[in-house]
Amino acid sequence: MAPMTRKSMATIRLQREDFDAAVEAATLTRGRSDIGAVVTFTGICRGSEAGDPIAALTLEHFAEMAEAEIARHVEEAQKRWALRGVTVIHRYGRITPGENIVLVVAASSHRADAFAAAEFLMDYLKTRAPFWKQVEGAESKTWVEAQAEDDAAAQRWDRPEPKPAGRGRT
Amino acid sequence: MKIRYFAWVRERVGKTEEDLELPESVVTVDDLMAWLAARGEEYARAFENPKVIRAAIDRSHVRPEAAIAGAREIAFFPPMTGG
Repeated sequence: MAPMTRKSMATIRLQREDFDAAVEAATLTRGRSDIGAVVTFTGICRGSEAGDPIAALTLEHFAEMAEAEIARHVEEAQKRWALRGVTVIHRYGRITPGENIVLVVAASSHRADAFAAAEFLMDYLKTRAPFWKQVEGAESKTWVEAQAEDDAAAQRWDRPEPKPAGRGRT
Repeated sequence: MKIRYFAWVRERVGKTEEDLELPESVVTVDDLMAWLAARGEEYARAFENPKVIRAAIDRSHVRPEAAIAGAREIAFFPPMTGG
Protein backbone atom coordinates (compact mmCIF):
# COMPACT_ATOMS: atom_id res chain seq x y z
CA MET A 1 0.00 0.00 0.00
CA ALA A 2 1.30 3.46 -0.90
CA PRO A 3 2.38 5.69 1.98
CA MET A 4 -0.38 8.12 2.88
CA THR A 5 -0.11 11.61 4.21
CA ARG A 6 -1.38 12.19 7.69
CA LYS A 7 -3.89 14.95 7.13
CA SER A 8 -6.02 13.84 4.20
CA MET A 9 -5.45 10.13 4.41
CA ALA A 10 -8.06 8.40 2.29
CA THR A 11 -8.22 4.93 0.78
CA ILE A 12 -10.81 4.04 -1.86
CA ARG A 13 -11.01 0.55 -3.29
CA LEU A 14 -13.45 -1.09 -5.68
CA GLN A 15 -12.89 -4.81 -5.62
CA ARG A 16 -14.44 -8.18 -6.31
CA GLU A 17 -12.87 -9.79 -3.22
CA ASP A 18 -14.18 -9.65 0.32
CA PHE A 19 -12.71 -7.29 2.93
CA ASP A 20 -12.11 -7.48 6.68
CA ALA A 21 -13.63 -4.47 8.47
CA ALA A 22 -11.51 -4.99 11.59
CA VAL A 23 -8.28 -5.10 9.60
CA GLU A 24 -9.24 -1.95 7.69
CA ALA A 25 -10.07 -0.05 10.90
CA ALA A 26 -6.83 -1.19 12.53
CA THR A 27 -4.85 -0.13 9.44
CA LEU A 28 -6.31 3.35 9.74
CA THR A 29 -5.41 3.81 13.40
CA ARG A 30 -2.14 1.88 13.76
CA GLY A 31 0.66 4.00 15.21
CA ARG A 32 -1.58 7.06 15.56
CA SER A 33 -2.18 9.01 18.76
CA ASP A 34 -4.28 11.79 17.16
CA ILE A 35 -7.30 9.57 16.50
CA GLY A 36 -9.85 9.26 19.29
CA ALA A 37 -12.81 7.83 17.37
CA VAL A 38 -13.32 5.32 14.58
CA VAL A 39 -16.75 4.62 13.08
CA THR A 40 -16.98 1.49 10.93
CA PHE A 41 -20.05 0.77 8.80
CA THR A 42 -20.42 -2.49 6.92
CA GLY A 43 -23.26 -3.12 4.48
CA ILE A 44 -24.13 -6.83 4.23
CA CYS A 45 -26.16 -8.79 1.69
CA ARG A 46 -29.53 -9.82 3.19
CA GLY A 47 -31.04 -13.21 2.50
CA SER A 48 -34.35 -11.77 1.34
CA GLU A 49 -35.58 -8.87 -0.71
CA ALA A 50 -39.14 -7.56 -0.22
CA GLY A 51 -40.01 -10.75 1.67
CA ASP A 52 -38.70 -13.17 -0.97
CA PRO A 53 -35.59 -15.26 -0.38
CA ILE A 54 -32.70 -14.48 -2.71
CA ALA A 55 -29.82 -16.60 -3.96
CA ALA A 56 -27.40 -13.71 -4.51
CA LEU A 57 -26.94 -10.10 -5.53
CA THR A 58 -24.86 -9.16 -8.55
CA LEU A 59 -23.43 -5.66 -8.45
CA GLU A 60 -22.64 -3.97 -11.74
CA HIS A 61 -20.57 -0.78 -11.64
CA PHE A 62 -19.08 1.95 -13.81
CA ALA A 63 -15.57 1.67 -12.47
CA GLU A 64 -13.90 4.88 -13.61
CA MET A 65 -16.85 7.03 -12.62
CA ALA A 66 -17.38 5.24 -9.30
CA GLU A 67 -13.82 5.95 -8.23
CA ALA A 68 -14.11 9.61 -9.22
CA GLU A 69 -17.53 10.01 -7.61
CA ILE A 70 -16.50 8.38 -4.33
CA ALA A 71 -13.30 10.47 -4.25
CA ARG A 72 -15.36 13.65 -4.69
CA HIS A 73 -17.58 12.72 -1.75
CA VAL A 74 -14.64 11.75 0.44
CA GLU A 75 -13.11 15.17 -0.28
CA GLU A 76 -16.43 16.80 0.58
CA ALA A 77 -16.55 14.86 3.87
CA GLN A 78 -13.00 15.94 4.64
CA LYS A 79 -14.04 19.58 4.10
CA ARG A 80 -17.11 19.31 6.31
CA TRP A 81 -15.68 17.38 9.22
CA ALA A 82 -12.32 17.16 10.98
CA LEU A 83 -11.36 13.70 9.76
CA ARG A 84 -8.08 11.96 10.45
CA GLY A 85 -8.64 9.15 7.98
CA VAL A 86 -11.24 7.62 5.66
CA THR A 87 -11.49 4.23 3.98
CA VAL A 88 -14.23 3.29 1.50
CA ILE A 89 -14.40 -0.18 -0.05
CA HIS A 90 -17.21 -1.19 -2.40
CA ARG A 91 -17.42 -4.69 -3.82
CA TYR A 92 -18.81 -5.65 -7.22
CA GLY A 93 -19.70 -8.96 -8.85
CA ARG A 94 -21.76 -11.76 -7.32
CA ILE A 95 -22.33 -11.55 -3.56
CA THR A 96 -24.28 -14.13 -1.57
CA PRO A 97 -26.39 -13.54 1.59
CA GLY A 98 -24.26 -12.84 4.64
CA GLU A 99 -21.34 -11.51 2.62
CA ASN A 100 -20.01 -7.97 2.88
CA ILE A 101 -20.93 -5.42 0.20
CA VAL A 102 -19.59 -2.06 1.31
CA LEU A 103 -17.35 -0.61 4.02
CA VAL A 104 -16.96 2.95 5.28
CA VAL A 105 -14.42 3.70 8.00
CA ALA A 106 -14.15 7.26 9.30
CA ALA A 107 -11.58 8.31 11.91
CA SER A 108 -11.45 11.60 13.80
CA SER A 109 -10.21 13.05 17.07
CA HIS A 110 -13.72 13.15 18.56
CA ARG A 111 -16.71 10.97 17.77
CA ALA A 112 -19.19 13.45 16.27
CA ASP A 113 -17.10 14.02 13.13
CA ALA A 114 -16.58 10.30 12.48
CA PHE A 115 -20.27 9.43 13.00
CA ALA A 116 -21.50 12.24 10.74
CA ALA A 117 -18.95 11.60 7.99
CA ALA A 118 -19.67 7.86 7.89
CA GLU A 119 -23.41 8.49 7.57
CA PHE A 120 -22.90 11.17 4.92
CA LEU A 121 -20.67 8.89 2.86
CA MET A 122 -23.10 5.95 3.05
CA ASP A 123 -26.09 8.12 2.09
CA TYR A 124 -24.19 9.36 -0.97
CA LEU A 125 -22.86 5.95 -1.92
CA LYS A 126 -26.41 4.61 -2.06
CA THR A 127 -27.73 7.30 -4.38
CA ARG A 128 -24.78 8.75 -6.33
CA ALA A 129 -22.11 6.07 -6.74
CA PRO A 130 -22.67 4.26 -10.07
CA PHE A 131 -23.47 0.76 -8.80
CA TRP A 132 -26.55 -1.28 -9.65
CA LYS A 133 -27.82 -4.32 -7.77
CA GLN A 134 -29.47 -7.23 -9.53
CA VAL A 135 -31.29 -9.78 -7.39
CA GLU A 136 -30.87 -13.41 -8.28
CA GLY A 137 -34.03 -15.14 -7.10
CA ALA A 138 -34.94 -18.80 -7.34
CA GLU A 139 -36.08 -18.47 -10.95
CA SER A 140 -35.36 -15.03 -12.30
CA LYS A 141 -33.08 -12.01 -12.08
CA THR A 142 -34.48 -8.55 -11.38
CA TRP A 143 -32.87 -5.14 -10.97
CA VAL A 144 -33.30 -3.52 -7.58
CA GLU A 145 -35.31 -0.30 -7.81
CA ALA A 146 -33.99 2.90 -6.25
CA GLN A 147 -35.71 3.79 -2.99
CA ALA A 148 -37.23 7.22 -2.38
CA GLU A 149 -36.11 7.00 1.24
CA ASP A 150 -32.50 6.68 0.11
CA ASP A 151 -32.86 9.85 -1.97
CA ALA A 152 -34.37 11.65 1.01
CA ALA A 153 -31.51 10.47 3.22
CA ALA A 154 -28.95 11.85 0.78
CA GLN A 155 -30.81 15.10 0.23
CA ARG A 156 -30.74 16.07 3.90
CA TRP A 157 -26.98 16.65 3.48
CA ASP A 158 -27.54 19.11 0.61
CA ARG A 159 -28.07 22.00 3.01
CA PRO A 160 -24.97 24.22 3.03
CA GLU A 161 -24.28 23.45 6.69
CA PRO A 162 -25.41 20.02 7.91
CA LYS A 163 -26.08 19.25 11.54
CA PRO A 164 -23.38 21.12 13.41
CA ALA A 165 -20.90 18.48 14.46
CA GLY A 166 -20.67 18.88 18.21
CA ARG A 167 -17.26 18.12 19.54
CA GLY A 168 -18.43 15.43 21.96
CA ARG A 169 -15.48 13.88 23.66
CA THR A 170 -15.07 10.16 23.41
CA MET B 1 -19.08 10.18 -29.54
CA LYS B 2 -18.70 7.25 -27.19
CA ILE B 3 -21.97 6.20 -25.58
CA ARG B 4 -21.98 3.71 -22.70
CA TYR B 5 -24.90 1.81 -21.16
CA PHE B 6 -25.25 0.18 -17.76
CA ALA B 7 -27.61 -2.17 -15.89
CA TRP B 8 -31.06 -2.55 -17.51
CA VAL B 9 -30.36 0.20 -20.04
CA ARG B 10 -27.41 -1.93 -21.23
CA GLU B 11 -29.57 -5.07 -21.29
CA ARG B 12 -32.31 -3.43 -23.32
CA VAL B 13 -29.96 -1.77 -25.82
CA GLY B 14 -28.04 -5.03 -26.06
CA LYS B 15 -24.54 -3.54 -25.92
CA THR B 16 -22.20 -2.01 -23.35
CA GLU B 17 -20.92 0.84 -25.53
CA GLU B 18 -20.73 2.19 -29.05
CA ASP B 19 -19.30 5.08 -31.05
CA LEU B 20 -21.93 7.17 -32.79
CA GLU B 21 -21.87 10.20 -35.09
CA LEU B 22 -24.48 12.59 -33.73
CA PRO B 23 -26.36 15.08 -35.90
CA GLU B 24 -26.02 18.77 -34.99
CA SER B 25 -29.65 18.85 -33.92
CA VAL B 26 -28.71 16.80 -30.84
CA VAL B 27 -27.74 19.50 -28.35
CA THR B 28 -28.70 18.22 -24.91
CA VAL B 29 -28.73 14.90 -23.05
CA ASP B 30 -32.52 14.87 -23.48
CA ASP B 31 -32.12 15.35 -27.26
CA LEU B 32 -29.68 12.47 -27.32
CA MET B 33 -32.11 10.14 -25.51
CA ALA B 34 -34.88 11.05 -27.99
CA TRP B 35 -32.51 10.51 -30.92
CA LEU B 36 -31.36 7.15 -29.54
CA ALA B 37 -34.95 6.04 -28.90
CA ALA B 38 -35.65 6.47 -32.63
CA ARG B 39 -32.77 4.19 -33.68
CA GLY B 40 -34.65 0.93 -33.30
CA GLU B 41 -36.89 -1.23 -31.21
CA GLU B 42 -34.30 -2.11 -28.57
CA TYR B 43 -33.41 1.59 -28.12
CA ALA B 44 -37.07 2.56 -28.00
CA ARG B 45 -37.57 0.12 -25.16
CA ALA B 46 -34.46 1.26 -23.28
CA PHE B 47 -35.45 4.92 -23.54
CA GLU B 48 -39.24 4.55 -23.37
CA ASN B 49 -39.30 6.48 -20.09
CA PRO B 50 -36.40 8.97 -20.27
CA LYS B 51 -37.42 10.58 -16.97
CA VAL B 52 -36.12 7.59 -15.00
CA ILE B 53 -32.79 7.39 -16.85
CA ARG B 54 -29.72 9.09 -15.42
CA ALA B 55 -26.79 10.36 -17.44
CA ALA B 56 -23.14 11.17 -16.92
CA ILE B 57 -20.88 13.21 -19.18
CA ASP B 58 -17.20 12.34 -18.86
CA ARG B 59 -17.91 10.51 -15.60
CA SER B 60 -19.86 13.26 -13.83
CA HIS B 61 -23.60 13.23 -13.18
CA VAL B 62 -25.52 15.66 -15.39
CA ARG B 63 -29.14 16.75 -15.72
CA PRO B 64 -31.18 15.96 -18.87
CA GLU B 65 -30.97 19.59 -20.02
CA ALA B 66 -27.14 19.54 -19.95
CA ALA B 67 -25.42 20.39 -23.25
CA ILE B 68 -23.36 17.59 -24.75
CA ALA B 69 -20.99 19.84 -26.73
CA GLY B 70 -17.38 18.89 -26.07
CA ALA B 71 -18.23 15.63 -24.31
CA ARG B 72 -15.95 12.67 -24.97
CA GLU B 73 -18.19 10.06 -23.37
CA ILE B 74 -21.83 9.94 -22.31
CA ALA B 75 -23.21 7.17 -20.11
CA PHE B 76 -26.85 6.22 -19.55
CA PHE B 77 -28.05 4.15 -16.61
CA PRO B 78 -30.94 3.64 -14.18
CA PRO B 79 -31.01 5.31 -10.75
CA MET B 80 -28.15 3.95 -8.68
CA THR B 81 -28.67 1.21 -6.12
CA GLY B 82 -25.25 0.67 -4.58
CA GLY B 83 -24.19 0.78 -0.97
